[in-house]
Amino acid sequence: MSSTNTTLNANNHNDSLLRFMTCGSVDDGKSTLIGRLLFDTKTILADTLTQISNTSKKRGMEAVDLSLLTDGLQAEREQGITIDVAYRYFSTGTRKYIIADAPGHEQYTRNMVTAASTANLAIILIDARRGVLTQTRRHSYLAHLVGIQHIVVAVNKMDLVNYDQAVYDKICADYLAFAKEIGFAQSREIRFIPMSALNGDMLVDRLDNMPWYTNETLLEILESAPAAHIDADEEFRFPVQFVCRPHASADADLHDFRGFMGRIESGNIAVGDAVTVLPNGYQSTIKAIQLGDVQLQEAQTEQSVTLLLADEIDTSRGDMIVKSSSAIQPVKQIEATVCWLSETPLSPARTYIIRHTTRESKAKVGTISYKVDVNTLEQQPTSDLKMNDIARIQFKLAQPLMVDSYNNNRATGAFIVIDESTNNTVGAGMIV
Amino acid sequence: MLNNTHKPLSHLDWLEAEAIHILREVAGQCSNPVLLFSGGKDSLCILRLAEKAFRPGRFPFPLLHIDTGHNYQEVIDFRDQRAAELGERLIVRSLEDSMKRGTIVLKNPDEPRNKHQSVTLLEAIEEFGFDCCIGGARRDEEKARAKERIMSFRDEFGQWDPKNQRPELWNLYNARSHKGENIRAFPISNWTEMDVWQYIERENLALPSIYFAHQRDVFMRGGAIFPANVPLANGEVINQPKNGEEIINMQVRFRTVGDITCTAPVISDADSVSKIVVETATTTITERGATRLDDQTSDASMEQRKKEGYF
Repeated sequence: MSSTNTTLNANNHNDSLLRFMTCGSVDDGKSTLIGRLLFDTKTILADTLTQISNTSKKRGMEAVDLSLLTDGLQAEREQGITIDVAYRYFSTGTRKYIIADAPGHEQYTRNMVTAASTANLAIILIDARRGVLTQTRRHSYLAHLVGIQHIVVAVNKMDLVNYDQAVYDKICADYLAFAKEIGFAQSREIRFIPMSALNGDMLVDRLDNMPWYTNETLLEILESAPAAHIDADEEFRFPVQFVCRPHASADADLHDFRGFMGRIESGNIAVGDAVTVLPNGYQSTIKAIQLGDVQLQEAQTEQSVTLLLADEIDTSRGDMIVKSSSAIQPVKQIEATVCWLSETPLSPARTYIIRHTTRESKAKVGTISYKVDVNTLEQQPTSDLKMNDIARIQFKLAQPLMVDSYNNNRATGAFIVIDESTNNTVGAGMIV
Repeated sequence: MLNNTHKPLSHLDWLEAEAIHILREVAGQCSNPVLLFSGGKDSLCILRLAEKAFRPGRFPFPLLHIDTGHNYQEVIDFRDQRAAELGERLIVRSLEDSMKRGTIVLKNPDEPRNKHQSVTLLEAIEEFGFDCCIGGARRDEEKARAKERIMSFRDEFGQWDPKNQRPELWNLYNARSHKGENIRAFPISNWTEMDVWQYIERENLALPSIYFAHQRDVFMRGGAIFPANVPLANGEVINQPKNGEEIINMQVRFRTVGDITCTAPVISDADSVSKIVVETATTTITERGATRLDDQTSDASMEQRKKEGYF
């Protein structure tokens, strides 16, 4: 491996982390793209490379097939397709990356939704020979639905169209027209890039096949993309995960200790802030913020901390601490866009469990307004919901939930549906 | 916004916050969890994370070690010392006991014992009624692991079904299980070997001495370095070279700590954590490729073992 990169990695003080996903089918070269990113950032080590090079030879290929790097499970290697979301890691020395690698076949909508749920950026792959296809529309819609703010449209296989700028320009124009049509272009940042994942053009290295493209390479785009939450102006939301009451401790000072443990899902908080504990509505102020044995004056989105309140308030797992200035009204009915994930169809007669933040409630299906054809984006009336369907549903809840709309807050707008008999996760919901 | 210096968390802070969140979800959702603790570097990171997650309270779970009987004495000593320092309860269950019960039958006495750990683990799960085992596995370790959930469901036989995993979305983990079933929770799923070493460096964590460069008698077998003539706690000496295998004294360290018979050391002069961080950045061999002789049998050997209930 090259010596320049090892120097880079040895001073590995990544100052942030970016989670992104790749959308595309086998034919788009998605696995090759990921393999190329891992290879060109020197993430692939010699023994792994030897292993895939042997496999490539066994399969009669001339060059090393980088897509083999992302084939995880035995069944996938046998069938030569990707059937589940896989997570990959690489680091540039300035940033750590987590890639969610989701298969793009129609029947795997649920995998795309799963991968998108933790991603902050999506790379949508288009085969330069084929242009904007039905699946491009599907991938874009799902990325939009799950609230990914940054979209990179990667026009791949430019080597197969002679690196022709006119081909690229036409695909960009087609995509933009479609993005406007679904109301996608207004709310997101969309960037375009021509590339050849096979040759490595415009991924990590620019190479010299496309002098007409002078914008950033893919890695440059990734390096400068904002990490989650930093540009968002979100309200403080702190679902209580666990209450720490070490009253039996040998240390007498701890007998009255009552710490509310959780992760700040959005916003920030400081000692002295006035807070409300939901759903009961008790008011207090923040007495202390702790992370391990460190006392903090303030804390921000995504930090896992322990909050101490000035007043003794009966609070347990499932409650939510918010700033009194931005309290929300607990609700017992929600309307949501739901992606059904289970092979067993939704049964409107049954009772399900909804898990929202750290809280659970029994739920019954109210009305199903419509389902969305992910290829045409048409709304169709429906009374049932099968795996990979996406529909607008109303639920009635046994317990109140403290919700925001998913568009305003991914953490407090999202929930999963659990089948009580199997305990399986059967649905993913985004509150309207 | 109150905070004008609103910056994204550093990657280590982010990974730490995520792991603490996962540990607290286990504590909140499961009624009888247990933390698997071997004395190895990954589980030592998890102990630090558990301190940050639950202090000043006690851990809401005991520690469990499945002892193959083929562990380095300094690692076992370290394990006991660390549990005592933390004041937490350590349960040890050993493969030897399963062998006495006849639930583990070795084909030959020198056989690597890693894969048999599943039997003893499942026996311990049943004995104590654990509904969740927290472990230090990472997705970057191996291809099969790259697809495993953070909360991974196992059926009554401890089996992992890779084609039928529960979807896992956002940070809404589903750790529900029926009696007899089990969840395996992996708080450092998203960490790489490099992240682990950087965290050890930042948190100044103590480690068993065999992670650092030391002089050791070794011999070569099948292209790998074998530690030679290792004494066990019971007085037995294992890894004796066969005829023609020459003992060499070399400076080595272990990148991973497991069963003596199948965990190879690497040649190294890294005698401090900061040197190991540099070495990890410049290595050309993966952690398992260099050191885990049991993963190299076939392309799918880890996946196979996980299906059978392995961690």
